[in-house]
Amino acid sequence: MTSTITLPEPAPNLKAESKNLDFYYGDFKALKGVSMPIYENRVTALIGPSGCGKSTYLRCFNRMHDLYPGHRYDGRIELYPDDVDILDASVDPIEVRMRVSMVFQKPNPFPKSIFENVAYGLRVRGEKSSSYIEDKVESALKGAAIWSEVKDRLAEPATNLSGGQQQRLCIARSLATDPEIILFDEPTSALDPIATGSIEELIGEIKDKVTILIVTHNMQQAARVSDFVAYMYLGEMMEYGATGDIFMKPKRQETEDYITGRFG
Amino acid sequence: MSDKHLSTQFDSELTEVSTRFMEMGGLVEAQIHQAIRALSAFSVEVANQVTANEARVNSMEVEIDREISSIIARRQPTARDLRLLMAISKATANLERVGDEAEKIARMVRSIIQSGAQRSLPALELRVASDMASGLLRKALDAFARLDTTAALGILKDDNLIDREFDGFVRKLITYMMEDPRTISSSLDLLFLAKAIERIGDHAKNVSELIIYVVKGLDVRHSSMDKIESVVK
Repeated sequence: MTSTITLPEPAPNLKAESKNLDFYYGDFKALKGVSMPIYENRVTALIGPSGCGKSTYLRCFNRMHDLYPGHRYDGRIELYPDDVDILDASVDPIEVRMRVSMVFQKPNPFPKSIFENVAYGLRVRGEKSSSYIEDKVESALKGAAIWSEVKDRLAEPATNLSGGQQQRLCIARSLATDPEIILFDEPTSALDPIATGSIEELIGEIKDKVTILIVTHNMQQAARVSDFVAYMYLGEMMEYGATGDIFMKPKRQETEDYITGRFG
Repeated sequence: MSDKHLSTQFDSELTEVSTRFMEMGGLVEAQIHQAIRALSAFSVEVANQVTANEARVNSMEVEIDREISSIIARRQPTARDLRLLMAISKATANLERVGDEAEKIARMVRSIIQSGAQRSLPALELRVASDMASGLLRKALDAFARLDTTAALGILKDDNLIDREFDGFVRKLITYMMEDPRTISSSLDLLFLAKAIERIGDHAKNVSELIIYVVKGLDVRHSSMDKIESVVK
C-alpha cells in the first residue's frame, strides 16, 4: 500500500525502492506486493509482529535468500542512482553485497584478529596495499566508535571483545568496504541497554555516510533511531510514514493497535 | 477497534487516570455551582465553602499529573494512548484554573457583601452567563468522557455566546457606575467576577479542543472555526 506522506525539507533523495515485491519460500508467499521507498542518508525502520515478513524483506536487499534453493523473488528492488534491479538474475549477488551490507542480530565476528575482521572485506576485494588497508581499518573502527577501545589490541582475537564491542566491530567491518546501504537485522536484541544505546547512537552518526534499513522488535528503538517507519503484517506493508507521524497519529487503525500494544 | 491492551495492567492504569480526571471535573463543577449560589444568595457561608474546597482541587491536579508521569515513564505510551495522557494532563491544568476562578468568584462575593453594596448592583444579571459557563464545562467533561468530537465542536461555537454576554454586562456595569459613583468599588469587584465566569467558558473551550486532539490527532488550538469544522467532519 502506498500512501502520500509529508517529507521533511529538504526532501531526501531516493536511494532504493522496492516495487511490487513478492517473495516465496517454496509455495509459501511471504511478501505480498511490497512497494516502498528507501531514502538516502535516512534510517528506515521495519516493524511488525513476528512472522510479518520484515526480516524476509530486509534480506531481499542483499540477495540473502539466494543461498537457499526454492526461494523465489517477484518484482523489483531498484538501487539508485544507477537504476540497477538488485533482484535481476543477471546481477551478481556478490556485487550487490558489496553495495548493500548487513549486520546481524547476534554479533558474528570472524575467528580472526580485530584488525583482520575489518580488513577482510578489503582483502576479498583484492586490495593489496597494506598502508591503504591500515588507513581503511582505522577509519572504519573510528566510524564505528570503537577505535579508542581497540587501537592497542588490534592483533587480539575479536572474540575477546564484549558483545556490544563485537557488534560495533561488525559495523566497522561493514563500513570498511564503503557500502551504500547497511541492513540491520535486530542489531541490539542480544545486547544490554548501555551497549544498545551506543549502537543506536552509532546508527545516528553513520547515517550521514550510508543509508540504513533496520528491523527491530523494539518499537521504542524504531521511534528513537528512525526517520521513516514501515509497519508490516502478514507479508504486506500496512503503513509507511515519517516516524513522528506513525508514533503520534498513524493513518490506519491496525498500525495504531500494534504500536499502542493492543494487538493480540 | 480494539480497546484492550495486551497488558491489562496498562488498561487499568489508563482507566484509573481517566476516572480521577472525571472525578476532578465533578468536583470543579460543584465548586462553580457553589460559587454561583454564593453570588445569587450573597451568602458568606457558601462562599467560604468554595474556598475551603479549593485545596482539594489543587491536590487532585498534582495527583493526576503524578500518575500520568508514572505511566509515561513505565509504559512509553504512543499514538492515541499518548494523546489521551497529554490531553488529560492539559485538561487537568484547565480544570484547576476553573477551580481558581470559582474561588475568585467566592472572594469577590465576600468583598461585595463587606462593602454592603449587594442590593445596588446588577449581580443577578450574571445569572445567564454563569449558567452558560457551568453548562459548557459540564458538556465539555461529558464530551471528554465519550470522546465526542461533534459535541466538542458545539462547545467551541457556544463559547462565543458567553463572550457576548460578558460584553453586554460590562456595558450595563458602566451605566451603573456613571449613575452612582459610590458603586464603583463594588462594581469593579463584580467586573472581576464576571471576568472569572467568562474565563470558565474559555477553559471549557480548551478542554473541547483537547478532545479533538485525542480523537483526530490534530492540534486545533488557534485555528479558525472553518478549519476546526473540516477536521471534525
